[in-house]
Amino acid sequence: MNLDWAHFTPWASLTGGIILGVASAIFILVNGRILGISGIVGGLLPPKVGDTTWRIAFLLGFVAAPAVFHAVVPVEHITAPRIDAAELTVIVAGLLVGIGTRYASGCTSGHGVCGLSRLSARSLVATASFMGAGFATVYVMRHVI
Amino acid sequence: MIHKNHLYRLVEFFVGLLFGLGLMLSGMTDPGKVIGFLDLFGSWDPSLALVMGGAILVGFFAFAIAKKRTTTFLGGVLRFPTNLDIDKKLVIGSLIFGTGWGLAGFCPGPALVSMADGQPKALIFVVAMLVGMIGFELMDRFVHAPRKAKVGHA
Repeated sequence: MNLDWAHFTPWASLTGGIILGVASAIFILVNGRILGISGIVGGLLPPKVGDTTWRIAFLLGFVAAPAVFHAVVPVEHITAPRIDAAELTVIVAGLLVGIGTRYASGCTSGHGVCGLSRLSARSLVATASFMGAGFATVYVMRHVI
Repeated sequence: MIHKNHLYRLVEFFVGLLFGLGLMLSGMTDPGKVIGFLDLFGSWDPSLALVMGGAILVGFFAFAIAKKRTTTFLGGVLRFPTNLDIDKKLVIGSLIFGTGWGLAGFCPGPALVSMADGQPKALIFVVAMLVGMIGFELMDRFVHAPRKAKVGHA
């Protein structure tokens, strides 16, 4: 294993992570809810009476983030995302992520951040499984095929 | 005085915004960075380990406080997950999710933020993801629900 020092962003990633933790903390302590994106979105498909407004309010703030980010962070500090996967791969990936996260009742935020934070054995198994599958998939895509 | 429901809506919006900003700052919205982290046997970018570490560091204390309380700071219900089953659904679902995550480098949150940031491939990903979620919902309703109902009557 060699480290990719060129792309390593320890401070931005650590600070970003702490912000994710603070957001999850506010959500459980003030609103009494687990911050899990796949669950928040999935709960709208279909929308249920009395269980929709909070999801919409959260998602409106969520999709406002890029505009605020670009207003606050100087252009020279923003690196363009690298999306190398071809369109067909992106479609297959999206389908798998949609099915998988609903089947497992959680994704990187719900299981990975909130679940591990509250020491849930269920979320530890989920996180180990999706991380393991992620490592294996990238290994096959980059070093086998 | 501000109505309590309005306060909830405000907090939800603010938390959503904060979470989106955290994802952008951390590098999670850059699939190249995510795949760089998942590529253990190539040139490894450990950044995302720090994202998880930072988030869990704060989350650990927050949930420790929440677990000791019976209500939220606003006196509301604390909705902890009630499902404790470590079953096939959890493992197989997570394996399917992880495969998709590794293929494109997007998980649900960062994909939505990237879409809102105007990335065309993120839009394609989100549409496919929603189709997958709806597909799961339909499958769950028509395949699993009738079986459950029969068990209920037995």
